[in-house]
Amino acid sequence: MTQFLIRRLFWAIFLFFAATIITYLIFWVIPADPAALAAGKSATPADIARVSHFLHLDEPIWRQYLRFVWNLVGHGSLGHSFVNRQSVDATIAKDAPVTASLVFGGAIFWLSLSIPIGILSAIRPRSLMDRGAMIFVLIGISAHPVWIGLILSYVFGYRLGLTPIAGYCNFFTGTEGAQCEGPLEWAYHLILPWITFMILFAALYVRLIRANVIETMSEDYVRTARAKGASERRVMTQHVLRNSMLPIVTILGMDLGLALGGAIFTESIFNLPGLGHEIINAYNTADLPMITGIVVFSTVAVIIFNLIVDVTYGFLDPRIRPS
Amino acid sequence: MPALEVKDLSTSFRTDDGIVKAVSGVSFSIDQGKTLGVVGESGSGKSVTFLTVMGLVDPRQADVSGSVLLQGEELLGVGANRLREVRGLTIGMIFQDPMTSLNPVKTIGWQLEEAVLIHQDVTRKDARRQAIEILKQVEIPRADQRVDDYPHQFSGGMRQRVMIAMALINGPDILIADEPTTALDVTTQAQILRLMKRLQDENKMAILMITHDLGVVAELADDVIVMYGGKVVEQAKVDDLFAKPEMPYTWGLLASLPRLDSTGGRLEQIPGQPPSLLNPPSGCAFHPRCPYAMSRCRTELPELRLSPQGEGHRFRCHLEDEERTRIWQGKHAALVGEDAA
Repeated sequence: MTQFLIRRLFWAIFLFFAATIITYLIFWVIPADPAALAAGKSATPADIARVSHFLHLDEPIWRQYLRFVWNLVGHGSLGHSFVNRQSVDATIAKDAPVTASLVFGGAIFWLSLSIPIGILSAIRPRSLMDRGAMIFVLIGISAHPVWIGLILSYVFGYRLGLTPIAGYCNFFTGTEGAQCEGPLEWAYHLILPWITFMILFAALYVRLIRANVIETMSEDYVRTARAKGASERRVMTQHVLRNSMLPIVTILGMDLGLALGGAIFTESIFNLPGLGHEIINAYNTADLPMITGIVVFSTVAVIIFNLIVDVTYGFLDPRIRPS
Repeated sequence: MPALEVKDLSTSFRTDDGIVKAVSGVSFSIDQGKTLGVVGESGSGKSVTFLTVMGLVDPRQADVSGSVLLQGEELLGVGANRLREVRGLTIGMIFQDPMTSLNPVKTIGWQLEEAVLIHQDVTRKDARRQAIEILKQVEIPRADQRVDDYPHQFSGGMRQRVMIAMALINGPDILIADEPTTALDVTTQAQILRLMKRLQDENKMAILMITHDLGVVAELADDVIVMYGGKVVEQAKVDDLFAKPEMPYTWGLLASLPRLDSTGGRLEQIPGQPPSLLNPPSGCAFHPRCPYAMSRCRTELPELRLSPQGEGHRFRCHLEDEERTRIWQGKHAALVGEDAA
């Protein structure tokens, strides 16, 4: 187990460098002038040069990268935004709960829809239920989240007035200057983003779960269970489900890790102040420290979720349990 | 009364490409304590026959007709509940591949206990005691510890022992073994066969041994049926089948066996491929591969007729009696070589 964790840690360090170096390289390649953007519209060339020097943008890119690494390792800091000089750490700490609310809430929504539908369509392939589910899947996979989000917001928020059109409220009360707060308001404002997420992911997961359950049902040990005289119900609950959910755990872990890096479209549509929203702003202002900070955060999220998946797998599947 | 009697059993699968007649008009019976060997190549319908007997073919995909009498009770068409009672309690079943036939995420003990708890009204503790007891009977060392291990912690031969234990834990009257030794190495095969024989002697059960290995049949079976293209093409007592097989397909099977007393040289093989069950050949299904085929074989399916040797030896072939005797004697001499001369 220790050996496994050490190997994992080396992988994590490697991934960290790979992701951040690539971010810096891309930033270096794209023709943006962050100093000009940061200096503002009425800045003179002298102002821009001063800003450029202040932000260390006049240094070669590898020195900027080393400066970033030194800041992170030596001071535990992701640096400060080019644009408003705010700490990247603080910004991520403020944004991450919003994205996490969206992603985890959405995951509960999409799983509680796709698991029963996936299993039912696997048990009765080609039935009315199965075909209906497949139409839903097709729509969910084909439709763009921006379109789904806008339609939902228009119909339920604007036309019917059942939900807010956009916006976010904190789960915990006590934030200064907050217009709304508390769990109820929080869920009320997130319901449409969750549904947007659900339609998007449930489509993929229904398909995935259906395929896995069908595959597991043709396994030899399922036939063995039937030959023992087990009822269909017992065959499903005791033999098929756990085995067919194993691959789902892997994919769920990856999806959660990835989505935590910023659900860009959904956050933009519903104006949720999360990481996806932040990275779009940072991109528009060529705010390298902010972009790198969010990349580091999502890399760490992916690594952590993969670790969680591996540990969960050990519980679910005795074959890979470290003994 | 026979332990199991199958009459005129047919199973066809509806597929997107058409109807596949996997089994057509198969009849046989087996008495308590006896072993029936069922021989045939892949796709001959032998496995489907027994999945049908067990009610394990999906009624949404398959049409079944005929009669399956279990100790006189008709099984075809009875409800799912009665079939579940039969499975695992009256009929135990073991399968070809022990590596994939056990659930990988449950312990051996759990899977054995499940078999007990489905059919007996006992506590889990009692079920566990029975599980350990049966593991000892199938000669698994340190059974009381190994009961908590997972399938991947066992070797192939040990897993097949666990499968046998699971099939026998409720003391069935009939054991259906579908190629139980095919996936095992030769020494393990011999051990498993010896174990099955011992357990049969102790429990007086009937064994249906489905196999493509004539060596297994010679070792274990009292009677044999040979299947080809979903039909029974020859049935006999095991000694009769090996001494005087009556039809060209069986000749081919026997000729393709390596023999200790042979003079060496290449083994004979049956030319061609097993028949497609979607578009089976007209007449006798074996005629495209048969070196003795006549024009009649292409149009007319031979009846399952009684051999002149009698004793329930039946076969399907249009060849005349003298002709068959002459061909087999020639083949037999060639097989045994100098020994016969």
